[in-house]
Amino acid sequence: MYTISNRLKTFSIILIVLGVLGVAYGFMTSHKSLDEVKTMLAHGDGHETAADTHVVAGAENHAETSTEGASHEAKAEADHGSHDDEHAAHVQEQLAKRPWSAMYVAAFFFMMIALGVLAFYAINVAAQSGWSPLLNRVMEGITAYLLPGAIIVVAIAVGSHYIGHHNEIFIWMNPEVVAEDKLIQNKSGYLNITWFVVRAIIFIAGWAGYRHFARKFSIAQDTAEPGDKKNFIKSFRIAAAFLVFFIYTESIMSWDWIMSVDPHWFSTLFGWYVLAGMLVSGVTVIAMVTVFLKSLGHLPLVNDSHIHDLAKYMFGFSVLWTYLWFSQFMLIWYANIPEEVTYFITRIEDYNLPFFGMLVLNFVFPLLLLMNSDFKRIPWFVMMCGVLILVGHYIDIFVMIMPATAGDQWFIGIPEIGSILLFGGLFLLVVFSSLAKAPLTVKNNPFIKESEHFHY
Amino acid sequence: MEVSSKVIHAIYTDDDVLMAAVKKVRAERYHIEEIYTPFPVHGLDKAMGLAPTRLAITAFIYGCIGLAVASAMMHFIMIEDWPQNIGGKPSFSYIENMPAFVPIMFELTVFFAAHLMVITFYLRSRIWPFKEAENPDVRTTDDHFLMEITAGNNVDEQFDMLRNTGAVEVTLIDKAH
Repeated sequence: MYTISNRLKTFSIILIVLGVLGVAYGFMTSHKSLDEVKTMLAHGDGHETAADTHVVAGAENHAETSTEGASHEAKAEADHGSHDDEHAAHVQEQLAKRPWSAMYVAAFFFMMIALGVLAFYAINVAAQSGWSPLLNRVMEGITAYLLPGAIIVVAIAVGSHYIGHHNEIFIWMNPEVVAEDKLIQNKSGYLNITWFVVRAIIFIAGWAGYRHFARKFSIAQDTAEPGDKKNFIKSFRIAAAFLVFFIYTESIMSWDWIMSVDPHWFSTLFGWYVLAGMLVSGVTVIAMVTVFLKSLGHLPLVNDSHIHDLAKYMFGFSVLWTYLWFSQFMLIWYANIPEEVTYFITRIEDYNLPFFGMLVLNFVFPLLLLMNSDFKRIPWFVMMCGVLILVGHYIDIFVMIMPATAGDQWFIGIPEIGSILLFGGLFLLVVFSSLAKAPLTVKNNPFIKESEHFHY
Repeated sequence: MEVSSKVIHAIYTDDDVLMAAVKKVRAERYHIEEIYTPFPVHGLDKAMGLAPTRLAITAFIYGCIGLAVASAMMHFIMIEDWPQNIGGKPSFSYIENMPAFVPIMFELTVFFAAHLMVITFYLRSRIWPFKEAENPDVRTTDDHFLMEITAGNNVDEQFDMLRNTGAVEVTLIDKAH
């Protein structure tokens, strides 16, 4: 039986503390007066003040957008004063939204991992796959983060409206914006806070409910009499039912929690796109946790072939993600309809490096690195690819949320990294505490023998 | 030289029995020349000690060729030879119109990889259309498995060993005539 080591516990707590400090710093520095914003814009170094001296990524882009901001500012000055004020007020809001969005991106990213793992787990249970039962406890452990994670996501989404002024992540929550916007008014029957929260409660209740019972039946099966498959059959049934519930709620969740940050824009395959990112991140984390536990001497029965299979899924889902990303991009790019194409124009102009960089991280690297069959069996290699994939999918979420909130005032600095540390630490703490609560190898699962002998 | 032209054919009726037999025969240090099976038996190549296939490497190379051919072809057709206005964006630049060519690049990558891989596989296995079948017993196309072993000095001992591994039929074949 695995017990969470004190080192890991301390490490997670340090991450959380550092994260809280980073987030607090982000909030303290994000609220600027209109005059401060104006001076900032006049100097044409919007990023310099907004961002930290910690240069992490986007250095080139940083310089580019700064000069763009300056020229834009020059134009605004040539116009007239009122437009100048308007622009400054807009930038002021973007700056205020940045720490909220940074938290939201990180919170969503870790929630998405747990949700992806839950879906992957349910697929394997429903398909009665023979290779996976040895990994069941790992998957169950990771899904423990789903309930707290999803609640945090919704709390940040709604909190950004109620706490502070004009810094909501979702502009449709702002009545002043809605009052002047015909398109959002037409959608307000769906996009309103009450309904948003009701839907969120339904999703979270369904997911966490499935997770609770799946875990319960899985543990009950451990102590079942030999030949008693009652709990196994129950977990099979709820997994199948959950998958039906999941595919609808996941799609609606992706509209609610991500797509509606740009309330004018919509894409019909958005749910699939988010799902692919979710699955690849989830499988990657399963592989990483498995390799980690195995390196500590746990999971003795997990062999090369299990790691190989997970790496194959990492490869396959990376390609699926790219396929969906491209399907969405190409249709909009080709048709070039103004109300659709703005989505990509903002991202290509203001987020050039992360937008195209994530394609390299999420497609080119997994494709080339994980293509070779032998490499997929080397634990440290899978671990390294996993890191790249996770960074890539963090940036994917970043590029989905940030353009609508922080606009060109983005940077990956202290607020963003602080948020990653905060929720990453929480994720590790919750997941590994949950892993320590039950034996890491399931017993009496009818497929456990097959899983032990799994050999590619 | 008389001995080396002789082989022993051992026939099995089950792939699991065959797999166990292959391991036994190899452990006894007899040389397995060939195995004829009605369907691909998972793990048989490893059990026989065959070198891993290099077909995957050729597939990667063929895919790269396909990608290059598609890029060059689309550049010539759509940009150079008869410049096209793609999606109302007449830039006549390859890179700016590249998204429109990605489906073709993908298809030709798959097309080249798949077809050339099949052709390579045929060449490597020395099979071509209308070639006469090599399998010595027609039952191996139905439900029997045949293992061919070089006959040694003590054929009787080999016969016994093969029967013990579950062979339903063991025959000595002289390939010379």
